[in-house]
Amino acid sequence: MASTSDSEAFVAFERVQKSYDGETLVVKDLNLSMPKGEFLTMLGPSGSGKTTCLMMLAGFETATHGEILLDGTSINNIPPHKRGIGMVFQNYALFPHMTVGENLSFPLEVRKIGKSEREKKVMRALDMVQMGDFANRRPAQLSGGQQQRIALARALVFEPELVLMDEPLGALDKQLREHMQFEITRLAHELGITTVYVTHDQTEALTMSDRVAVFNDGRIQQLAPPDVLYEEPENSFVAQFIGENNTLEGTVKEISGNTCTVQLDGGELISARPINVTKPGDRTRVSIRPERVEMNKERLQEGVHLLKAEVLEFIYMGDIFRTRLRVAGRDDFVVKTRNAPDQVRLKRGETIEIGWLPEDCRALEA
Amino acid sequence: MSDTTQTGPIDMGSSAGNGKGDKPGPMLAADGRPLKRSLNRALRRQKLRALALIAPLLIFVLLTFIAPIADMLFRSVENDIVSNTLPSTTEALEGWDHTTGEAPSEAVFEDFYFDLFLASEAKEHTKLGTRLNYEKTGVSSMFRSTGRGLDDIGDDYLDQLEVIDKRWGDGAFWYALMSGTGTPAPEVVKARRKVLTRMSGDVLTGDVGFAPSNAIATLLPTTVRAYSDFAVYTALVDGKDVAKRDPWESVYVGLILDLNKADVSGYTGPEADALKAVKAALPEIKQVSLQSFFQSEDKDWVDPSVWATIQTYSPKYTSGYFLNAIDMQLTPDGIQMRPENEQIYIMLFKRTLFMSMMIMGSCILLGYPVAWLLANLPSKSANLLMILVLLPFWTSLLVRTSAWKVMLQQQGVINDVLVWLGLVSDGDRLVMINNQFGTIVAMTHILLPFMILPLYSVMQTIPPTYLRAAKSLGATNWTAFWRVYFPQSIPGIGAGSILVFILSIGYYITPEIVGGTTGTFISNRIAYHISSSLNWGLGAALGAILLACVLILYWAYDRIVGIDNVKLG
Repeated sequence: MASTSDSEAFVAFERVQKSYDGETLVVKDLNLSMPKGEFLTMLGPSGSGKTTCLMMLAGFETATHGEILLDGTSINNIPPHKRGIGMVFQNYALFPHMTVGENLSFPLEVRKIGKSEREKKVMRALDMVQMGDFANRRPAQLSGGQQQRIALARALVFEPELVLMDEPLGALDKQLREHMQFEITRLAHELGITTVYVTHDQTEALTMSDRVAVFNDGRIQQLAPPDVLYEEPENSFVAQFIGENNTLEGTVKEISGNTCTVQLDGGELISARPINVTKPGDRTRVSIRPERVEMNKERLQEGVHLLKAEVLEFIYMGDIFRTRLRVAGRDDFVVKTRNAPDQVRLKRGETIEIGWLPEDCRALEA
Repeated sequence: MSDTTQTGPIDMGSSAGNGKGDKPGPMLAADGRPLKRSLNRALRRQKLRALALIAPLLIFVLLTFIAPIADMLFRSVENDIVSNTLPSTTEALEGWDHTTGEAPSEAVFEDFYFDLFLASEAKEHTKLGTRLNYEKTGVSSMFRSTGRGLDDIGDDYLDQLEVIDKRWGDGAFWYALMSGTGTPAPEVVKARRKVLTRMSGDVLTGDVGFAPSNAIATLLPTTVRAYSDFAVYTALVDGKDVAKRDPWESVYVGLILDLNKADVSGYTGPEADALKAVKAALPEIKQVSLQSFFQSEDKDWVDPSVWATIQTYSPKYTSGYFLNAIDMQLTPDGIQMRPENEQIYIMLFKRTLFMSMMIMGSCILLGYPVAWLLANLPSKSANLLMILVLLPFWTSLLVRTSAWKVMLQQQGVINDVLVWLGLVSDGDRLVMINNQFGTIVAMTHILLPFMILPLYSVMQTIPPTYLRAAKSLGATNWTAFWRVYFPQSIPGIGAGSILVFILSIGYYITPEIVGGTTGTFISNRIAYHISSSLNWGLGAALGAILLACVLILYWAYDRIVGIDNVKLG
C-alpha cells in the first residue's frame, strides 16, 4: 500500500478523507508522500477520487479529515492563491479576454513583479514551449495544442515548485497527445519541478510518470513505478486496469514458495506465482498478460502446465498478431505475438496448446 | 480560372479562350450557365420559402407598427392645413411684406373672406384656428367668433338687393343667372371641388349639377367662385339640388364686389336686366370694405403679426414643430429661442436622459450580485431565485407602481417605520414620492429583470474554472473577480444596459403615476400633446427626437463597446 510520510516528503497526504454530502466518502483514508522532483500520476476511472485529491492539494476543496503537507507545513488552511502551486486545467482555462502574453503575465502581475522582468519571464516561458511568436494572439485564435502549451507555460511562468495537471491532454488528438506527453515530461525533468498529474489514460500514466498511484473507490490501490505496476500488479483491479490482461478463475490447490498450483473451474491445472493468496482452498483470479502467453512449446520449460485453446479470431495488426482464444471455457482470452518471420499465422477453428512461465502468471485474490 | 477547373464539356472553345486570357472568365456550371447564376437559382426557392414563413409577421408588423409610426413621424413636419384651408389667401399673402407693420391689402381680405366662408360652412376653420393658436395665442378664438359672424355682411347686401329686385333672394333665379347660356366653363366648379376635397380630406363623389357659362364666369368671377363653392358643397356634402336652394351669403358679397368693377352693359345672358338694375343702383348700396368688416368682428384681424404668422406657416412643410420641441420657434423674422419662461423641452430631454442613466446604474448595481448568485447557486435554489426575479413580470405594471406609491408616500409604510423607529420625527416625514427619487426607485424595481436576465445568461457561460485558474495563479478573490470574471461579464452588462436604458427613456406610466412634477419624462409630455392639447405635430416632433436620441446612443454604444459584444442569451 501507499508509503507513509517521512521527513523527506515534499508533498504528503496524511489520513486524508473527503466527503461532499456527509454520507459517503469520496476519498477514504489517503496516505501519500512524494519527494521533490518526482512526476507522480494519479490514475483511475472517473469517480475514483483522483481529481478530488488534486483539488484538495490545490486548495479548491477542503479535506474533511486529515492533513495535507507541502514542504513539511500543513496547507489545510492556506487559501489557494497563497499556495504558489501551478495548475494546468482540463480545458486550459486561458482567459479569453486577454492575449497570450497577458495571460502569462497575469500571475507575475499579481505577484507585483516589475514590468521589464515580467516581460523577460513571459518570453522565456513562451520560448520554453516554442510559442515565442504568439504573445499577441488571443487564446481563441490558437489551436488546441497551442492552447495546451500556453496553459503549461502559464502554470510554469511564476516558477512554482509544484505543478498540478488535471487531465491536460484529454481534448487533444492522439498524435498531438503523444507529442505533448513527451514535452511535458521533458520540461518537468529539465526544470526539476514536482508534478502531480491526473489522468484516466493508463498509457499516458505509464509513459510519463516516475510513479503511478492507481485510484479506485476512494483509495490508492497501488503506488509504484510504471514497470512494477504493469509487471507486478498487487490486486486484480490494478491488473485489469493497467494494460490488457487475461483472467482465469479457480481455486488454489497447493502453495510451495514462489509457485502455486491453481485448479481452474473447468478442472485444468496451471502454475502461478501467489501474490495475495495464502493457503490452499482460496478462491483466486490468475492474471496473465497477453504477450507473456507462449504458443511455441519448445520455448517453455519442461513440466509446465499446458492448456488447450481454440482459435476464435486472428487479427493482423501490423507489428503484432492478436489472437482471441477459447481457454478453459472463456471466450475472451487474448494472445499477442510479435510479427516475426517464423511466427505461424493461425486459422479460425484451429486447436492449439498454450502455456506460460509460472512467474508471469499471478494468482491474485478473487 | 484555368481550363482544368471547368467541368462542363460544352463550350470548350470559349472557355479555353477565357482560360488563356489574362482576365479570368466566370466559372461555369455543368450546363454551361455561369455558376453564380445557377447558385442563385438554386437558392431562390429557399429564400422564397423563408420569406413566406416570415411574411405573416412581417405584414402584421408593417401594418400595425411601422406604418403608424411612420405616419405619426410624418406629422412632425406636415403643415398643409393652412394652405388647404386658405388656398387663395396664402397665395395672395405671398406678395405681402410683414415688416411694413401694416395689415395686408383689401384684396387679401377678399380672398380670406371667401376661403373662410367655405371653411366655416365645412366646419374646418376651427381646426385651422387651433393649429395657428400653437404659434400665436388667441388666433383660435378669432377664427371661432369670426366664423359665426360671416353671414352678417351678406345678409345686409341681400336686404338691399331685394329692395331693387325681389328675386335676388330666390335660389332658382340665382341658378339661372349663374348657369347662363353659351359655352359652359366647368373648370371653375372642378377647381372649387378640388379645394373642398383638400380642405375636408373627404372623398367627394357625385355630380354637382351646375356649370357656369363662360360669359358669366368671365364677367362675375368672384360671384361664380362663391356660387361654385355653394353648389359643390350643397350637391356633394348636403346631397341637395342646387337649383332649389338659396345661395350662401358670400355669393351676395361676391356680386357687389364684382359689379363694382364689371361692365354688364354688353351682357345678354339670362337675368341680364336684373344685373343691369343692380349695377345702376350700385351707388345707393351701402358698402363695407372687408378689412373693416373683419376689424369689426375682431380688431386683431388688422394686427400684422397675425397675418405674419399665417404667412410663416403657409408652406406645406414646416420645421416649426421641431423648433418648438427644442425650445425654439419659427417667427416671421426667422428662428429664435423661446422666452426663458416658456423653455421646457430641452430640460425635459436632459432630465429623461439623466434619470434613465441613474435607473440603468442602479439596475447594474442591484442586478449584478443577483445574477451572479443565479449563475452560481445549485440549480434548485437558482430556480427558486429565478422565480422571484420573474415574479414582477407576472404582476401588472400598474399594481407594482401603485404599490410603490403606498410604500413611499409620506403616510406610507417606509415613513411609518422610520417614525416608529424614531429615526425621523413625525413632523418631517421624508418626501420620497412625486419626485425624481420616487421615479428612480419605482422604475429600477420594474426594469430590474431586464438587467438580471441578460447578465445571468452571460454569467452562466463563464466556467468556474477561470476563477480557479486565476486563484491558482496567485490572484486574491477580488483580483480574480475584477481581472478575470468581470471583464467576461461585460457583454451581459452591455446588453442589460441597452435594454434598460432604451426602455426607460420612453417610459410613461410609472413617471406619470409617481413622478409628480419633477420626476416626469419627455414621454409624459408627448402623451400630453397627443391626448390633451392635441398638438400631434409637436408630439410627433418630440417623439422623433427621442427616437433619434436612442438611435444615436445605440450607434455610439456600437462604436465604443461593439454590438457583437452584446449577448442576450
